[in-house]
Amino acid sequence: MSKKKIRWDFWNIITLLIIVVFAICLIYPLLNLFLSGFKDTETQAWSLANYAKFFSKKYYTSALANSFKLTICVTVVAIILGVPLAYFMSFYKIRGKGLLEIFFIISMMSPNFIGAYSWILLLGRSGTVTQFLKGIGIDMPSIYGFGGMLLVFSLKLYPFIYMYVSGALKKIDVALTEAAESLGCGGIRKVFTLIMPLVTPTLVAAALLVFMNCMADFGTPALIGEGYRVMPTLVYSEFVGESGGSANFAACMATIMVFVTAVVFLLQKWYVNTKSFTMSSMRPIVPKKAGGLQGFLIHLYIYLLAGLSIIPQCMVIYTSFKATKMQVFVDGYSLESYEKVFSTAIQSIKNTYLYCFFAILIIIVVGMLVAYLAVRRKSWLTSLIDTIAMFPYIVPGSVLGITLMIAFNKPPVLLAGTAVIMIISLVIRRMAYTLRSSSAILYQISPSMEEAAISLGDSPASSFVKVTAKMMMPGVLSGAILSWITLINELSSSVMLYTARTRTMSVAIYNEVIRASYGTAAALATILTLTTVVSLLIFFKVSGSKDVTM
Amino acid sequence: MSVSIGIEHVVKKYGDLTIIPDLSAQIKNGEFFTLLGPSGCGKTTLLRMIAGFNSIEGGQITFDETVINDIPAQKRNIGMVFQSYAIFPHLTVRQNVEYGLKIRRLPKDEMKEKVDDILRVVKIEEYQDRLPERLSGGQQQRVALARAIVIHPQVLLMDEPLSNLDAKLRIEMRSAIREVQKQVGITTVYVTHDQEEALAISDRIAVMKEGEIQQIGTPQDIYARPYNVFVSTFIGHSNLFHAKVRLQAGTRNVVFRNGYETEMPNLVDEVKDGQDVVMSVRPEEFSIQDQGLACEIMNRTFLGKYTNYFLKFGEGIALEGQPSLEYSQDLGHVDRILEVGDRIFLRPNPNKINVFTKEMDQSLIKDVTKYE
Repeated sequence: MSKKKIRWDFWNIITLLIIVVFAICLIYPLLNLFLSGFKDTETQAWSLANYAKFFSKKYYTSALANSFKLTICVTVVAIILGVPLAYFMSFYKIRGKGLLEIFFIISMMSPNFIGAYSWILLLGRSGTVTQFLKGIGIDMPSIYGFGGMLLVFSLKLYPFIYMYVSGALKKIDVALTEAAESLGCGGIRKVFTLIMPLVTPTLVAAALLVFMNCMADFGTPALIGEGYRVMPTLVYSEFVGESGGSANFAACMATIMVFVTAVVFLLQKWYVNTKSFTMSSMRPIVPKKAGGLQGFLIHLYIYLLAGLSIIPQCMVIYTSFKATKMQVFVDGYSLESYEKVFSTAIQSIKNTYLYCFFAILIIIVVGMLVAYLAVRRKSWLTSLIDTIAMFPYIVPGSVLGITLMIAFNKPPVLLAGTAVIMIISLVIRRMAYTLRSSSAILYQISPSMEEAAISLGDSPASSFVKVTAKMMMPGVLSGAILSWITLINELSSSVMLYTARTRTMSVAIYNEVIRASYGTAAALATILTLTTVVSLLIFFKVSGSKDVTM
Repeated sequence: MSVSIGIEHVVKKYGDLTIIPDLSAQIKNGEFFTLLGPSGCGKTTLLRMIAGFNSIEGGQITFDETVINDIPAQKRNIGMVFQSYAIFPHLTVRQNVEYGLKIRRLPKDEMKEKVDDILRVVKIEEYQDRLPERLSGGQQQRVALARAIVIHPQVLLMDEPLSNLDAKLRIEMRSAIREVQKQVGITTVYVTHDQEEALAISDRIAVMKEGEIQQIGTPQDIYARPYNVFVSTFIGHSNLFHAKVRLQAGTRNVVFRNGYETEMPNLVDEVKDGQDVVMSVRPEEFSIQDQGLACEIMNRTFLGKYTNYFLKFGEGIALEGQPSLEYSQDLGHVDRILEVGDRIFLRPNPNKINVFTKEMDQSLIKDVTKYE
């Protein structure tokens, strides 16, 4: 009897603690953001003026339209690039498959803005390729604006489609394709009547990820967008206020962005719920040999795509070793850029590792606890916590930054400019992903393990730590490594929150690029890319697979 | 529509590994033909060769007179039911059944009629708009069957279709399958490792081992008159004993090692006096007598209709290394249940028991053939 009481108390306390933390760090800021959008900038009185201003001026509405146009185009291109890639990689034997996969994953995990930056190095006004072509009399079309963003986003985001669709293709049992054949359906018809419909729900989920990523990204449009205004850059400039902006108006626009992403998210969820079915494969598809012209074209397509995806990383690493003079690359090679980084930007490197380390620790602990509550202690309260924890999924990074800034820039909770606010934002950004993977793992662990421990006289708290948490650990850890990679590359929210003291690497790179100090930017980006690659290799080792679906 | 299947000297190899060295069989039009054998015997491999999912490395397979070796699976007009059912998870029951008809570009109304018909035959009309996820194993099985039959295939191929069902449902479904097959009258090749299922469902059974056919025959023949010891022990249980043939004044006898002798008039003419043989006695072919084979009851299992006793015979009487020696006592006809430790004499029924060469590869009973 007494045991039962303790058990109830332990998880009750945890539930309570989590609710308090969520209320302070998530609900209050989001509510605050929502409300401040309805306040007049001058008088702080309730008004709809901000919304009226947004929807009446073409300057603002066009940014929203641009965001949509860009995002939809990127999603379509990513699907067109990614789906055939996944099909070829799953159905045919491809030479160098292992290495290619690593290329795709690296290009997926590296931050968007580094892609943008290195394409500027290649195709920008003074880019290597541009200069070369100019030398032989060809004028490149400008990379700045819509076209450049489409290029950068598509090449960065199609691996999401590839990874997800490959995962779905792996789950197709050969018996299904054989059943189709036994019913008289072969060749291309099989692809369209069977394979495509089978992967469509997964494709929609992946497309949503691409959509959200593209819609919310700040770095790429900031670097390469120039005159092409999109929502994240608009919100940023309004908020940071270089042109006399207003926090209330920024909050209004941020709310509009959240509204858009929420609607898209719900649509996707509705679609997946109505269309979903489970597949389990006893005999997965065995890739067959691709011979002749067909095989050549397939290989050409894959190698070309992989090449284009890895170019940005190579370009960045290459230029980081180039000699510079007055921030301009000159002939010859040197370690100057690195020396400069270590003398001026060492703090940002330390910050990145430190903040992300703490963030990932908190994410793991809170993620596991919330997952446990939601899976094992189902009640309206715990499922509410679960739902709230999913909020950040639809909150774009830049919006999250603003949200925290508005909430915590004045007493009683003055956190602006501290490391704490950086860590909080990082935690919130990635919490949902770790939570999802933790719940998935927890569903596979039988509750009787923990009950056995309790029946042997262990307390619930200690049996959770000793049994359930330990069994969850391998899965959670490999998920955490992926989260770690996205954390060290985080820019959208950090750029809203940083100060000179709390600058992270990605922010530093962004600053350097804006200042056209390409050498140090490249050196920093190389360090970041290397960290990413090493982390990925650790992930492959720990998880024993290259399944990077988040 | 339905065809006979000719399998002539087919060979299946994976690289250097030969799965089927040389296999021949004739499957009659409209017959329910079962490939039965332990796992790894090549039965599924053979089925998939007929289906067109496995290549054929030698010999040929014909549908009626047509050699189908080089016809791709989708052109063979077969219906196949998979072990995993392979129901398309994104399509409703009705859409699953329609799939093959759509490929054949049937007119709408004809398609509707056919699908309605088959859904009725397999009794899944009420679930037709459900997604497969929301069906039980037995219902999914019926969908798979309907989908395969509705296209009026030349042959119906079934690969362990009942192995994922629970015991009770398995029995229910096997009668359903049998009924539907007779109703449609389609040549069916059925793969299973479950001998009871094979006996219950088949017109004829091919027992396979290591890529070779051991015997083809009706369920009755296979059970009562197995061609070799493998068949006799794989189908049902058989107790094996050492014995010698004794020819004497026009009678053919066998003598067990303990001296018990019984007349076996149905031995083949080729047996020689003094020839070593292996006797195969099923547990229900014993009866308790005052004399016969002496044994002791080691253990017993009460099974309702009958009781199974586990026996121990004297040194050297029975073959070494048998999993168990058993006697089944039909409880409908006896009143006394024996106790563990009882010593009894069992006499085998000479009309029922089988005699094999000492190599155990051939029956010595008259008129027992390998291929019926």
